[in-house]
Amino acid sequence: MIAAVGLAALALSPAFAEEITIATVNNQDMVIMQEHSSVWEQKTGNTINWLVLEENVLRQRVTTDISTNGGQFDIITIGSYEAPIWGKNGWLLPVEDLGTQYDYADIFETVRKGLSVDGKIFALPFYAESSMTYYRRDLFEKAGISMPNQPTYSQVAEFAAKIHDPDNKVYGICLRGKPGSGENMVPIMTSVNTHGGKWFDMTWNPQINGEAWHKAVNLYVDLLNKYGPPGVTSNGYNETRALFASGNCGMWIDATVAAGYLFDPAESKVADTVAFTKAPVADVPNGAALQWAWALAIPKSSIKTEVAKSFMAWATSKEYIREVGEKKGWILIPPGTRKSTYDLAEYQKVAPFANFVKDAILSADPTNPSKDPVPYTGITYASIPEYQSIGTEVGQQIAAALTGQQTVAQALAAGQAFTEKTMEQSGYLKK
Amino acid sequence: MEKRGTSSSTVLNFIAGWAAVILLIFPIIWMFLTSFKTEIDALSPEASLIFQPTLDNYRTVLARSNYLTFALNSVYTSVAATLLALLVGFPAAYSMAFLPTAKTRQTLLWILSTKMMPPVGVLVPIYILYRDMGLIDSHLGLILLFMFANLPIVVWMLYSFFRDIPRDILEAARIDGAGLWEEFRYVLIPLSGPALASTALLSIILCWNEAFWSINLTTTKAATLAAFIATYSAPQGLFWAKLSAAAVLAIAPVLVMGWIGQRHLVRGLTFGAVK
Repeated sequence: MIAAVGLAALALSPAFAEEITIATVNNQDMVIMQEHSSVWEQKTGNTINWLVLEENVLRQRVTTDISTNGGQFDIITIGSYEAPIWGKNGWLLPVEDLGTQYDYADIFETVRKGLSVDGKIFALPFYAESSMTYYRRDLFEKAGISMPNQPTYSQVAEFAAKIHDPDNKVYGICLRGKPGSGENMVPIMTSVNTHGGKWFDMTWNPQINGEAWHKAVNLYVDLLNKYGPPGVTSNGYNETRALFASGNCGMWIDATVAAGYLFDPAESKVADTVAFTKAPVADVPNGAALQWAWALAIPKSSIKTEVAKSFMAWATSKEYIREVGEKKGWILIPPGTRKSTYDLAEYQKVAPFANFVKDAILSADPTNPSKDPVPYTGITYASIPEYQSIGTEVGQQIAAALTGQQTVAQALAAGQAFTEKTMEQSGYLKK
Repeated sequence: MEKRGTSSSTVLNFIAGWAAVILLIFPIIWMFLTSFKTEIDALSPEASLIFQPTLDNYRTVLARSNYLTFALNSVYTSVAATLLALLVGFPAAYSMAFLPTAKTRQTLLWILSTKMMPPVGVLVPIYILYRDMGLIDSHLGLILLFMFANLPIVVWMLYSFFRDIPRDILEAARIDGAGLWEEFRYVLIPLSGPALASTALLSIILCWNEAFWSINLTTTKAATLAAFIATYSAPQGLFWAKLSAAAVLAIAPVLVMGWIGQRHLVRGLTFGAVK
């Protein structure tokens, strides 16, 4: 197998050594890729310059470069939100010509579809995630309750009330409360979807003031105000994960990628008591769990496309996943992209959540996120350029409702008005 | 009675002064402490001053990034931009202080108004301009931007100082036959030593800490320590202790520089404050 990888790398490598620049996001999987990339450099003789930035800074930096055809990067790291928009804009090169050895069919279809436009794939998935419900087995046992395989939001509220113990700094439920399109809107949107809500109808009319949004957001605000930790609007993903890992939360609905940390005794005080189940549902199963992938793409402005493709083929391959498992530890392999990952006995042995995560990713369909048909893709986002500002504004309005500065109805009315105005200005709606 | 009143007001001033110092320096002390914590301790919601210190974060940061390259880029760009800004700002401040016209005051206000514009407003035009001139990710590109960004402060600081210099001294030099160059070389520059030092120091600190342009106009070759810090910021993952270690490494040189030159810096910032 190693010989085959070597041959594949040689076949893709150019005649002369080149230097490529890769912009990537600062998270553990990408840092491992950076550390492990010397293997590819040695195999091919090429070298890499790395630009590693925080997600939002990277997004701004890369967007500036790609939209102005700046040509600073040969490979960029983008998410499921950007890939279809940028592919449609003609800013990315399609990456569907890496040969049969690359095994495109091994990539999960839902993940591949999320990174494609009109059947053409514009970014190769590096890792993918969904969401699930983490809970404390010990607290549930103490309260005499058991978590079903598929909880409902009503049950979540009921359980949160039973295990809530603020005197001992144990809060019934923790959810992201920090405003932002990639923060509080993540748990809110999965709840809105499963309550039958959506961002837009088929003619791009915003639906934020609809009944499903009212139900979901009232539930979110009630849950956090009654059973949440104090100062919840300061808690993003990181802070909430730290709270859960420190033993301060009874339940947490969030990204599957957190499982690796919560089950690691070196990083979590609840490693031996944490358990997990599916993300809760309400009226419909659609969009109840998120789906997100970080992927590698080649900007159109790159002039070293062959070397870039060689690196991407290696970094997103089955062989890379195996190499990382062998050298860095099986718990640290990038999950959620390939079927073959879940055939690895070594991974199954150390990751009790592996198959569960796979099922969550497979069942989350970003092309069908709501009860009714919608004109966009994305479960926790809508794949239009305007979404960033819409998501942030609606998130801020809901955070203001959470702190009691306004009612949920006022927050949703303000979010609806802002979104209508944005969609009118962008030409989706006629004035 | 009066003596007692003075004494209690001194004590109050002393307490207020120390309270302000502690308040201002607390984030830096906390960052310094966090840099010696494990990532779990750093992220723990129960902040603690008692922990097992570790140098792991410094080891990781120094192993993952080429600190020296970032630090040298910061030195090159901030020193060169400051020298350029002084070269342009010195004659500008001279002309406005000693040869004022009816429009001098408006010109000074206009110069300052350029600092009021948020940099993101001109990001795309400057990016395109730099792309076409081949200045993205170059030292020259950053030096020029830093120079233009700090020029208003340099001009204003030198102008405030020059206004305090009696004109008679320059006129005496002229009567003795000094031309403009001699006036600069033998009178104005020696007299402006402290002003030039404090202006240069402040400009270097501002260039050193400038993050927006450093992150947006560089990738790997000209990236400064501000970009180095950004490498360790992350919404996902355990990076707070490493981020703190990177921040300590980034601010250490400028902190030492500021400590050494604090007397000049304070004097420079209070030019013209008391007449």
